Amino acid sequence: MSAHKICTVDDLIPDSGVCALVRVNGLEEQVALFYLPHTEQKVFAINNWDPLGRANVLSRGIVGNIGDELVVASPLYKQHFSLLTGKCLEEDAAVKTYPATLEGDDIMLMA
Amino acid sequence: MSKLKVVVVGNGMVGHHYVETLAKSDVDADICVIGGETRPAYDRVHLSEVFDGKDPSDLGLTTREYYEGLGVDAHFGDFVAKIDRESKKVVTEGGQEFDYDKLVLATGSYPFVPPIPGHDQAHCLAYRTIDDLAEIKASAKGKKVGVVVGGGLLGLECANALKNLGLEAHVVEFAPGLMGVQLDDGGSQMLRRKIEALGVQVHTSKATEKITQGDTHRLKMEFADETELETDMIVFSAGIRPYDQLARDADLKVGERGGIEIDYQCKTSDENIFAVGECAVLGNFIYGLVAPGYRMAEAAVSQLTSDKTSFTGADMSTKLKLLGVDVGSIGDSKGNSDGALGFVFSDEREDVYKRLNVSADGKKVLGATLVGDCDDYDTLLQYYLNEIDLPENPESLILPASDGAVPALGADALPMTASICSCHNVSKGDIVEAIDGGCTTVADVKGCTKAATGCGGCAALLKNVVDFELGARGLEVNTDICEHFKHTRQDLFTIVQSTQIKSFDELIDKHGSGSGCDICKPAVASILASLWNEHVLESDLVPLQDTNDTFMANMQKDGTYSVVPRVPGGEILPDQLIVLGEVAKRYSLYSKITGGQRVDLFGARMNDLPEIWSALIDAGFETGHAYAKALRTVKSCVGSTWCRYGVQDSVGQAIDLENRYKGLRTPHKLKMGVSGCTRECAEAQSKDVGVIATESGWNLYVCGNGGMKPRHADLFATDLDTPTMIKYIDRFLMFYVRTADRLQRTSTWLENLEGGLEYLQDVIINDSLGIASELEKQMQHVVDTYQCEWKTAINDQDKLKRFRQFVNSDKEDEAVLFVEERGQIRPATDAEKKRTQFKAVS
Repeated sequence: MSAHKICTVDDLIPDSGVCALVRVNGLEEQVALFYLPHTEQKVFAINNWDPLGRANVLSRGIVGNIGDELVVASPLYKQHFSLLTGKCLEEDAAVKTYPATLEGDDIMLMA
Repeated sequence: MSKLKVVVVGNGMVGHHYVETLAKSDVDADICVIGGETRPAYDRVHLSEVFDGKDPSDLGLTTREYYEGLGVDAHFGDFVAKIDRESKKVVTEGGQEFDYDKLVLATGSYPFVPPIPGHDQAHCLAYRTIDDLAEIKASAKGKKVGVVVGGGLLGLECANALKNLGLEAHVVEFAPGLMGVQLDDGGSQMLRRKIEALGVQVHTSKATEKITQGDTHRLKMEFADETELETDMIVFSAGIRPYDQLARDADLKVGERGGIEIDYQCKTSDENIFAVGECAVLGNFIYGLVAPGYRMAEAAVSQLTSDKTSFTGADMSTKLKLLGVDVGSIGDSKGNSDGALGFVFSDEREDVYKRLNVSADGKKVLGATLVGDCDDYDTLLQYYLNEIDLPENPESLILPASDGAVPALGADALPMTASICSCHNVSKGDIVEAIDGGCTTVADVKGCTKAATGCGGCAALLKNVVDFELGARGLEVNTDICEHFKHTRQDLFTIVQSTQIKSFDELIDKHGSGSGCDICKPAVASILASLWNEHVLESDLVPLQDTNDTFMANMQKDGTYSVVPRVPGGEILPDQLIVLGEVAKRYSLYSKITGGQRVDLFGARMNDLPEIWSALIDAGFETGHAYAKALRTVKSCVGSTWCRYGVQDSVGQAIDLENRYKGLRTPHKLKMGVSGCTRECAEAQSKDVGVIATESGWNLYVCGNGGMKPRHADLFATDLDTPTMIKYIDRFLMFYVRTADRLQRTSTWLENLEGGLEYLQDVIINDSLGIASELEKQMQHVVDTYQCEWKTAINDQDKLKRFRQFVNSDKEDEAVLFVEERGQIRPATDAEKKRTQFKAVS
């Protein structure tokens, strides 16, 4: 695993998500990047594939919190996925998460 | 030990059901069935459909091959002549003998032909079997008049059959009314009225004395009142009589008025002989419907197993269409029970009659008669079967809903067996169980039972059930919009309006907690839009929007979007049609005409949306808001401009309305319709706002709905001139925007509005709350600040920033794959994707 610069903070949408294409072990993966400027961590990265709706859409969901959990709601069928753990709150499903950081203006991803 | 030998006499519907049930059970038996008719069991209930063109073989319930496959020994066209109880065998007319261990009599019934002199001549027929139908058909050929003797259920069916054969049909009934068994006098009269309107002539209180040669037709019926009727044929359908001769000859016990006596196990007086269906009598009652017959057959089969069940009677409530007339009869339909209280609703304009009979204490439904409108049947039957306590004003159950009555059964009163979510087959009982198991919110219940996670259409009903059940357990029913705001949507609207708050962040800071979620964010975005009408992609509004609003297009199952330009009133220029086609071709979009008179283009990738819209805007199109909780379309018919019947310009009116209200964000989507005359071709009465032209203006209808829970719109005001109508619609829409729940259509909003339609009319027409001018002002603000969201967006690079598949690559989403079907694209299935993935990647 190594840290990649994915994009800059200008590419992100505050309090919402965008998608980046990241090469992991020689294969391209779609990564949903969420920018929550009011949180400590600020940037969250999970896989873009919605395993329940079966489409690459999670970056286009609404973010928020359910209890203590920061989540994104799938835009297809509204299940919530944790931005930290990738776990689905309603069903037995999960998506991959990636450690992401904001360094200066750069978005760095461990993958 | 040799196998149990079971012989079934009769292969009607019930006899067949017995055979099939037994053959599929784990009873190890040799089954033999003997049917008197030459063909295996068929559907007698739908016999009359043969006259509508159905092939008799389509009625078949089974075949010889099917019985062979089940290992059943079947014999047709031979009647059983004798039962030898001593040596346990039956003998047929053809001389065949069959031994039995258990004998099942399913001999059914035959049409009763009154012993009128002359009844046995040619062209006097019965209506019971497929062979009868052939005779009726042959007799009717080239003839003009047909009479049915008997005004019961079967008789009326038969009258319909004669009518379909092109005959002038008459019904002659001995009793004073039609369907005297099932309907009360009022219902019976209404049925007569409706049937006569269909061209069937009804003669009641007619006793036929003799049938003789006719002068102008084949036959002449002479009645006791010295009147006559000439006809070419007579069909007897004056009730049924059980075929019990076989049992009588074998000294089995029979009922006083015929029928083979059985007990709850369907056993006759001989413990090795059962009787099921219409030949059997239980407690002096013959169950002449097919469903109870089936239950008897099942009970009789169960006696041969370890899991024995009983048949203790059955509900004889029925709902059917007779000559196209809806007729329903529940329980004590006439109100004959001791102390029964009746409620009667009769509408001679619409030809609807309803009678509701309740117990003396007003608590329970005893029965009901419905003619001309059976919409209330299911609800009333639930009340009756489940002995549900009635509301204080039981009459509300049969009164038209527009009177502010409660039409459907509330969530609280639904029986535990009522199905709430049909996608996942979740009953009310399952939901109650989930709540008892610790669920305290709708979300918990959803997670636990999967209810409302399929199509989601039952979400509102689910919430009602959960709220009621929680309330009933003394738990507080939470009407907060979500965990972030301790307010309802209506509260939030008032807060935003009175404090002039313009952003979500400010609202949640001052009036909420946490960071929001996918429930409150879009709801607040909608409120802000209704009041302040800023562009949906303003930077502080973007994170609040559902993906459809964010990308101003409708997300489909594969993550691509569909695009719908506005076509006001459904009127479109040829050049615009050409552009739609060109754009669809250029971007390989699947094209479909929508129900709202426009065109939907599917399969657009997010990154192509701005270019697609550039092309559409150049051709004069505007955004259609198909993606928004907002005004969708104003559907119109072609109106007086072209139509021979139109009385006003409905297209022009629809275009004006659509242009006035386009862009208005509402709690849920909004549809309108304008019809140019009373023929109502635009189906305006199924819309949130419906307008129907009259000679002198427009009739305004509100709160209609199609979809999952259709509702006819209520007539709100009549003969309005256009400015008055616009004023009312302005007020109506803004009042809805103010007071509705999140995702509540106008139809459910009105149903939950205290005071109902009358209150709404008072607020809108009489300005009883003194807010009319404010509502109009708010609407005018929305109208004045309208912008085509797409036009603004394609001229603003900042707003287009998000229309990139990847922030760091120009590649496209490889998981989006299409295949061709009927000359257009469609999303590939998972299996198809697997097959083409390699090719697609390379």
